[in-house]
Amino acid sequence: MSQPAISVEGLGKRYVIQHEAQQDTLRDALHQGARRLWRRFRWGTGFTEEEFWALRDISFEVQPGEVVGIIGRNGAGKSTLLKILSRITEPTTGTVRLRGRVASLLEVGTGFHPELSGRENIYLNGAILGMSRAEIRSKFDEIVAFAEVERFLDTPVKRYSSGMYVRLAFAVAAHLEPEILIVDEVLAVGDSQFQKKCLGKMGEVARDASRTVLFVSHNTAALQAICRTGLWLQQGRVVQHGPIGECLSAYLASGNESAAFTPANTAKPHITSVTLDRAALTSGRLRLSVGFKSPFPLGCPVVGITLHSRHGQPLAGCNGRMMGERWRPPALSEGVITAEINPLPLHSDTYRVSIYLGDAVQDYDQRLDALEFDFVSPHFYPESPPLHVIGQLDLPWQWSVEPKSS
Amino acid sequence: MSAPTPELVLAAGRANRHYWADLWRYRELLGFLAWRDIKVRYKQAVLGIAWALIQPAVTTAIFVFLFGNLAKMPDGGVPYPVLVLSGLMAWQLFSAALSGSSGSLVGNASLISKVYFPRLIVPLSSLGVALIDFAVVLALFAGVAAWFGHWPTWHWLLLPVFVLLALATAFGLGLWFTALTVKYRDFKFIVPFILQVGIFVSPVGYRTDYFPNWRDLLALNPLTGIIDGFRWCLLGGGHHLSASSLGISVFVIAVTMAGGLWFFRRTERQFADVI
Repeated sequence: MSQPAISVEGLGKRYVIQHEAQQDTLRDALHQGARRLWRRFRWGTGFTEEEFWALRDISFEVQPGEVVGIIGRNGAGKSTLLKILSRITEPTTGTVRLRGRVASLLEVGTGFHPELSGRENIYLNGAILGMSRAEIRSKFDEIVAFAEVERFLDTPVKRYSSGMYVRLAFAVAAHLEPEILIVDEVLAVGDSQFQKKCLGKMGEVARDASRTVLFVSHNTAALQAICRTGLWLQQGRVVQHGPIGECLSAYLASGNESAAFTPANTAKPHITSVTLDRAALTSGRLRLSVGFKSPFPLGCPVVGITLHSRHGQPLAGCNGRMMGERWRPPALSEGVITAEINPLPLHSDTYRVSIYLGDAVQDYDQRLDALEFDFVSPHFYPESPPLHVIGQLDLPWQWSVEPKSS
Repeated sequence: MSAPTPELVLAAGRANRHYWADLWRYRELLGFLAWRDIKVRYKQAVLGIAWALIQPAVTTAIFVFLFGNLAKMPDGGVPYPVLVLSGLMAWQLFSAALSGSSGSLVGNASLISKVYFPRLIVPLSSLGVALIDFAVVLALFAGVAAWFGHWPTWHWLLLPVFVLLALATAFGLGLWFTALTVKYRDFKFIVPFILQVGIFVSPVGYRTDYFPNWRDLLALNPLTGIIDGFRWCLLGGGHHLSASSLGISVFVIAVTMAGGLWFFRRTERQFADVI
């Protein structure tokens, strides 16, 4: 009987969140240090630091050749687990035993340099992912053929279309041949045809019996097709570890991201719950359902929803009242109102939702920051400036050019 | 591939026993990263090599005027421009290597948070650009020295020793700064300041044998020993190399380097969490 390729025992990862002003500069650190000392002197206590366990007491084993799909919501600890297994960050508790050469692919195109040509980037990226020069050379033609970039090999990748860029980056990674391969959600990029091709390649890799693969994805069809085992994480703990079909159905049944509220005052109409349809979000739509309850029938129940950026800046909002004649619901004392935006024109980021409840005339209840969600946009722009420069809105831009000859 | 696979154990606070073996295994990555930096530097700048020449040429001209003409420092029988340029070469090698390695971790943040490799590779690879720039200036120096009638002697053969010392100094300091910059971004403002002051504190524009009593004190600045060494190699017997001050410099370099390595290795495991 062979030994497991990966054994994880009692693994935990703690992050410390400091509630005082962040110490991003030396001055802050010195200032804080001085204040802390002063407080300790006066009160006998230090500052309270909040601990956050991204992973808690995780144990599991993976046999050689097993393909494991890791599932769970955003913030469940999937990425932290992958980071520990790929040795990027250190566990706080527990041990991991890895038997075999590990390669990890946590991002497509890590280390690509826009000024370098496609050819140069293949070598650079290959080396970063852990391939030797000889290995890259022997796979070079295959990589180029897979990425379909033969004609642009000597063009700097900054002139590549986003599709070409992603294809090239994935092609390099797909030709890695480690014994243990760790892949984060990287297939959510590129056009659907290329996604299919990548999935095909992943399947091929996974069928190779000598290869152990850990695979994170929100794409349930892909998980079902590729993986044998599932590992479901929730809030840093393992909920279920077993055949992929069982794990997936249990996970999907556990359903949507939602929040339930107990009101301070039930004599007033109030919001009872808000639910985000995860399946819709994965396909690029936002679907929010707001439950409400009222001690008296609400003449025209109105729900307002505001989307905020992760920093709290409002991005877009709407309510039934604004819709005028188009929103004429019956009088209700309890119900669910659902709003949908299709497609959701936002870039990939974390967003927050605030909810309001009222009737045709006034507001009764509000839940600020009722829900937070991560959105992975189906569009991928490798050359995109950071979001604090271009903003979160991904609008359907149309471009044209008119040459002018004098 | 069929050899029994070694077991790798990851746990909190567990020192990686294979660190140095890993560093060796990742030597190709080291080469690729250095090559990337060099390639990008010479690809982006239209002036490319010319830029590496203009800088020392202008600085030399200013220093010759300041120290040679205004302050009337003795040249010890060596044409002043050659004297300055030989010191400036060492200084520029040091300064390019220091600023490169100090900014290297933050400059490669995306790599550090997404891939594993011994992090020491990042500051090490940043030395490549400094070396290439140095080679360009060395060619300039050979030309200028020949113009003034100074031809290479066997002393030139020992130049690599002093080049290595200069890189070691920069690398040792760079390890401290780059590891500190990961956590405290304001360290990136300290390096330019050190470099600005350092060029005057180090004997770039003057000779150390002009201050015989101060020589050992000056040697606490490791650049003193290195610049003296450069002059001894490049200007030949016209320049005296003091063994005691060189010894002091080498000692300071060794301490800086050992401390830098220790601090870097100690903080390395948290880079990905903090950067």
